[in-house]
Amino acid sequence: MLMILRHSPYGSSLARASLDVALATAAFEQAVDLLFLGDGVLQLQPDQDTQRLGIKNIGKQLASLPLYDINSVYVDAEAAARYNMDLSRAPVATQPLNQGGIHQLMVEYDHLLGF
Amino acid sequence: MPAGVFCLWSVNGLIYSLLVLSSPVSGHTSHNAAEFAQCVIARGHSIYRVFFLDVGTTAGSANSVFPQDETDPVRPWVELAEQHTVELVICITSALKHGMLDQVEADRHGRPGSTINPIFTISGLGQLVDACASSDRLITFGG
Repeated sequence: MLMILRHSPYGSSLARASLDVALATAAFEQAVDLLFLGDGVLQLQPDQDTQRLGIKNIGKQLASLPLYDINSVYVDAEAAARYNMDLSRAPVATQPLNQGGIHQLMVEYDHLLGF
Repeated sequence: MPAGVFCLWSVNGLIYSLLVLSSPVSGHTSHNAAEFAQCVIARGHSIYRVFFLDVGTTAGSANSVFPQDETDPVRPWVELAEQHTVELVICITSALKHGMLDQVEADRHGRPGSTINPIFTISGLGQLVDACASSDRLITFGG
């Protein structure tokens, strides 16, 4: 299954909710890969600090993905470039894809779960 | 053969599940989802489960009150469940945050009483994982 994450990390509670779904899916031993698309790439910002927001740090949660055997994390390279992000410092290792690569990726999966 | 496939679908139907992320009182996505479910059933397919997550869980509220000249956005879900025995599941983590409690959760957390329409059930994300695995199509509404 490929989960498509399109929400910025702290603008709403949806980024957190979708990440919970990813971890639950993995906990039920279903194979799940992630694609951060559009504004969703902002979840991969390095050095996130939410202490003063009083909410959980999405970056720290993403860093734990390999512990859940979620190892394939894809990212919309155009969106990452638009936000001038340094993906080499993202909380989890990612594989950047251009528009063609994203299309090809989506075709490969039986299940797409969009957020 | 496409004709054969179509025939198979019309006889057996596809199994759908829905994931609803939007509030029933903001925008029309939650309403669209309920209408979509009715259309799916009318076309001979079936709904395995509707799973409500995040603010979508407030669709299960038993306490929302709407002005007389407005339609009750919770009503289409109740009708769907009553007419077609569709399973309506609200995510426990999101539900508790939004004050959506059944009697068990109200007792557990020392709250005055249940706040959800009993046609909805509260359960975990495992129900969404199961819906993914058990349905031909999982459609997300909202977000």
